[in-house]
Amino acid sequence: MANVQSLQVYNCQAAGLSEIPVLSIADFRNCVIQHVKSGCRISSLFGRPLNNSNVRILAVLANDEAGTLFLSSADVEKSYPSLTPDCPQAHWFEREIAEQWGITPTGHPWLKPIRFHSSYRKGHDAWGRKSAEQIMPGVTNYFQVTGEEIHEVAVGPVHAGIIEPGHFRFQCHGEDVFNLEISLGYQHRGIERALIAGPNKRTIHYMETAAGDTTIGHTTAYCQIFEALCDCNVPARAQVLRAIALELERLANHTGDLGALAGDVGYLPTASFCGRIRGDFLNMTAIICGNRFGRGIIRPGGIGYDVEEKRLEELKGCLAKAAKDVTVAVNLLWSTPSVVARFEETGVLSRQICTDLGLVGVTARACGIDRDCRFNFPSGIYQFAQVPVSTWHTGDVFARTYVRWLEIQKSLAFINNQLEMLPQGQIVVPLDTLSPEKVVVSLVEGWRGEICHVALTGSDGRFCHYKIVDPSFHNWMGLSMALRELQISDFPLCNKSFNLSYCGHDL
Amino acid sequence: MIKAILARIQQKHRTITFPNGVPKLPDRFRGRPVVDSKKCVPDCHACAEACPTDALECSAGKLNLDMGRCLFCGQCQQACQKGAIKFTTEYRMAVRNRGDLIISDAAMKLADALGIQIRQILGRSLKLRQVSAGGCNGCEADTNVLNTVVFDLGRFGIQFVASPRHADGLLITGPVPENMKLALKKTYDAVPEPKVVIAVGSCAIAGGPYITHPQVNNGADSIVPVDLYIPGCPPHPVTILDGLLRLLGGLAAVSG
Repeated sequence: MANVQSLQVYNCQAAGLSEIPVLSIADFRNCVIQHVKSGCRISSLFGRPLNNSNVRILAVLANDEAGTLFLSSADVEKSYPSLTPDCPQAHWFEREIAEQWGITPTGHPWLKPIRFHSSYRKGHDAWGRKSAEQIMPGVTNYFQVTGEEIHEVAVGPVHAGIIEPGHFRFQCHGEDVFNLEISLGYQHRGIERALIAGPNKRTIHYMETAAGDTTIGHTTAYCQIFEALCDCNVPARAQVLRAIALELERLANHTGDLGALAGDVGYLPTASFCGRIRGDFLNMTAIICGNRFGRGIIRPGGIGYDVEEKRLEELKGCLAKAAKDVTVAVNLLWSTPSVVARFEETGVLSRQICTDLGLVGVTARACGIDRDCRFNFPSGIYQFAQVPVSTWHTGDVFARTYVRWLEIQKSLAFINNQLEMLPQGQIVVPLDTLSPEKVVVSLVEGWRGEICHVALTGSDGRFCHYKIVDPSFHNWMGLSMALRELQISDFPLCNKSFNLSYCGHDL
Repeated sequence: MIKAILARIQQKHRTITFPNGVPKLPDRFRGRPVVDSKKCVPDCHACAEACPTDALECSAGKLNLDMGRCLFCGQCQQACQKGAIKFTTEYRMAVRNRGDLIISDAAMKLADALGIQIRQILGRSLKLRQVSAGGCNGCEADTNVLNTVVFDLGRFGIQFVASPRHADGLLITGPVPENMKLALKKTYDAVPEPKVVIAVGSCAIAGGPYITHPQVNNGADSIVPVDLYIPGCPPHPVTILDGLLRLLGGLAAVSG
């Protein structure tokens, strides 16, 4: 039954826009809720303006086990019965829809802005604010606990280190945290709005800077969309080099995180070693393209820079050295009881909460869930060269740390393998214009987790809508849940074990 | 403990000798661009058309490149048939005045040191508060890297501190979105006088890829006065370090 009400597609498969069923809101709710009950999760859920009065809500539901995606939609004018009470993982998406289009999901238990900007639809505001009213970020009501000896701690937006801005509200009793509420939007710079009517010469730069530490991940997701829309085949050599760049990005960030986690528990040897080794991985990316974050590598139709024989040898040499260094540096953690004791049972997230909230990436895998786009929704070279999914079952800081280490080992092995058998041939193919009236979903497993891009083209073959979901969009709530009943002093460590993106969320 | 000591020996000493030794940068590194208008074909404009942020302007046979707007993507170099623009591996790019970032055929003027009075107040230390205001976290990452053993920022007396009250100045990244405007102003106000402001990256200088978006302010100097501009998208850590040392008078001001 469910399939009749939704369009089934695969990762990076273009489909006709008109093939997506448009349901009544009751049927749409039912469709989403039933899919999620039967094991799917919400990969994306967003609205786009249809005409002067209606907004079309589109759901992208991912079935990890089958590797299939389901698209379904419904038209809404002003309000609809919220999905969140029946399907908690819709909560943040519904807040986004409310903020962007002034649509009220009636019955949403905690309907607040997520980025603090005015509605994109003139005259419609979910909170009844006047259009001239200045919207101040973070100025909103917060979940509050009252009672004797209860106090509130507010942190941010500007933090005490070199960290992106965000606002955190802790409800505490002594040192114990009852609740942490996270308020974002300070990094909002209008990327999604600027993508409409593209692609143009700035589009690729928006992708490269959606989250600067995930340049390869987001740009790959975008290029896959581009290629699906002009039905082109990326050369094998480019596919392999793209995956190598993606794994180098994962290596750099995971290594940095392991160092930072060590630093947060006061174990300085690993902290300083990994801080440096992270740079070694970034420098390998710079060997390929000249930029430490991989700007310029991933381009529609292939890649921007080839890796000739000499460069290949240089990369292999650097990789072997860094692999040895990172192994020594990280293994110190596991043989230091005071480190492991601090990691264990801190910030436990249950598998149930993780499933209910539809969390992704390292966070989900650290709850024992096999969820990895490279395995569930493989694209590019991952269709032929599998990377084993790394999981751990305890859901605590230890698990999130340990899964990173497992993934570092898998990524190193993968890159080594791929460098040995790099296919010959061209690195980029010429591209056609984008096909009109299509929809494509592109999923990439970035180092933080699932990156989901959805593009819709209009009759002119240009983007009439483009939706980016960074893994952080799903996972910020996970951090909030993990902190319950912890001590406030556990926050830095717990936060680092998630290491979520503010700019990727705020866009 | 013995394992940690053995690991320490295995990991070796890794701090670079900068500023005495010049670090090895990759051959494809896109550092300071050089422009040669003489090679331009009249009314060509191919480079300007390729630029995503309108950093190039050709007028009266002269090609101007605004390194403040530049994303260092190299599209202009690729678009130019005549080789009038070339990105070199030169990492030194920091300047004191916004106008010095607009380069043409002539050599560029790198940053000179702060005035003697303020340097006497600062002594041999510079404490900075970092404000991240709407970028992609790339500039933040490559600023943070200065704290690693590779660059060892502390040996130059420079430190990032946890409060504006403890700071001599601000290091700002990002285009300053509307949503960060007030926080930036308040942080600036909280720094005691005299204070220095450093804008790192094309976002903080001119808005970066988000230039002209209604959600952003096209850089830090629309909100607070800026004393040092460090271009790049993001700038290489050594470009940032070079800029900071220039400001403190640790490096001779030169034209390059």
